[in-house]
Formats: sequence, C-alpha cells, structure tokens
Amino acid sequence: MAYSEQVIDHYENPRNVGKMDAGDATVGTGMVGAPACGDVMRLQIKVGENGVIEDAKFKTYGCGSAIASSSLVTEWVKGMTLDQAADLKNTQIADELALPPVKIHCSVLAEDAIKAAIEDYRKKQGQ
Amino acid sequence: MDIKQNYFEFYGLPEAYDLDLGQLADRHLELQKQLHPDRFAHLSDQERRLSAQYTAYLNEGYATLRSPLLRAQYLLKQRGIDTHNESSASIDPMFLMQQMELRERVEEAPSHADPDSELAALDQEVVAAMSEQQAAFRRAIGGTSEAELEAAAAAVRKMQFLDKLSREIERLEDELY
Repeated sequence: MAYSEQVIDHYENPRNVGKMDAGDATVGTGMVGAPACGDVMRLQIKVGENGVIEDAKFKTYGCGSAIASSSLVTEWVKGMTLDQAADLKNTQIADELALPPVKIHCSVLAEDAIKAAIEDYRKKQGQ
Repeated sequence: MDIKQNYFEFYGLPEAYDLDLGQLADRHLELQKQLHPDRFAHLSDQERRLSAQYTAYLNEGYATLRSPLLRAQYLLKQRGIDTHNESSASIDPMFLMQQMELRERVEEAPSHADPDSELAALDQEVVAAMSEQQAAFRRAIGGTSEAELEAAAAAVRKMQFLDKLSREIERLEDELY
C-alpha cells in the first residue's frame, strides 16, 4: 500500500515531536492506544490564560499514518481555543492526509488523543 | 473430524486456556497422519479437495492453539469478542503510560551504554507483564459473567500491546547482531 505524499511528509518531518511536563497545571495530556495494532500515542497541549492552545507536542509509536495523524493535529490545534480543538473530526484528518479506508482508525486515534488531552486539562483546571 | 468444530473440538482437547502443549503436538501429529495426502491419492478429486481443506484447518488450528496470545484471542472470539479486529477500545491510562515509557526505553536502547543488557532487561519486563496478563485472562475466562468476560478482553488487549513491544525488542536485537 502506498502512502500519500502528505503522510510521507509528516512521517519524514514530523512536527512538534516531544514531551511536556505532565504535572504542569497548564498542560493537558492525552494518552491513547489501538490494541489491534499495538500503537500508542501521547498528545499534549499547553493552554494559555485566554483558553487558547499555545503549544502542542506528540509522540507516537505506530505506523506512518498514525504518526502523520498526530503530527497534523499538533499543527492544527496551535492557536485554537479548546472548544475549537474539541470539535476536530477524524474525517478532517483523514481527508487532509488522504488516508485509505484501512488507515482511518489512525485518524480516529488522533481525534481521541486531542479529546483526551483537552479533558485532562479541564479536569486539572477543575472545569 | 469436522471443520465445523472449533479448534479445541477438532483436536479433541478441553476448551480452556491452560493447554498441555505436548498433548497438542501429539494430537497434531496423529491428525496429520490421518490427513496425509498419500492416503487420499486413490480417492476422487472432491475427497482430495476435502483433505486439503482439513489440512489447512488443522494447521491454522495448531498455530492458533500453540500461541498463548492467539489462543486467548480465539477463546474470546468463541464468546463473541473480537479484540484482534476492533478499531477502538478504552485502555487503562496507567497501562498506556507504562507502554509509552517502555517504548521510549526500547527506542533509546541502541544508544544505551550497554544495549545488550538494556534490551535483555526490557525483554524480561515484557515477559513478566505478559505472564501477569495471562494469569488475569486465565482467571477471567473461566467465569460466566459479563464483567469477567470484559476483564478477559481487557487482558487480551494488553497482551496485544505487549506482543508488539516484544516484537520490537526482537527486531532491535536482530539489528544489533
């Protein structure tokens, strides 16, 4: 199966790979996994006082599509409000990366990851 | 013999997670002999096709029952849960955190001062975690309640992550030598 150019681009030059301090109250951490393929994904956001996402980092152990999906999400959510980021749909990710049907679950994983990160942040803030 | 039987029935073994692997191997040899193509040479095309089908089923069954992970997946599937093909399932976040840490250590192992011992240590951890999940599965799959079935599925999902990790460790070990 051939990867799309968009996937290859994110796979070869992943954006925002890294780790933030999960103990920081302004950081939300989303940890998700796909048991069928054993992929694990960590996506973190740093939220400013105005409720806007200032920075995002990810680390994904998985296939090219899973790496590209999480890389793309970290790019997209920077500058978004939490509500905007929570509205991201996996179909937008899949469209942008031209994922084939068998790889749609990778974009679902990335959507789950950003939602989990937002939830973690809100829990920390007592929202 | 009947390919409508499940693998345990086909092999004439009790349908349980604990399996005598020696007995399985013996049964496999016996069935292989019974199905040997030479014994079907004088028969019709249809009967020979049937024998080939049985042999394929036998081999699939052997591979499935022999592997602790595939056997667990199979037992669950018999109870209506397919953890191998499901697209999403919620996983205990603590477990995922540990998986992430282990993956990071595996990734960094080649640049470790002593990659061999680091990989061996990681392998040991994965083996221990795998036995823990196998024990949890063994306890749960014996039960009949919904909650026990769900606990059995949760254990198999964790085994699937650990299996991926152990194959990654093996791959790196191969690369080092």
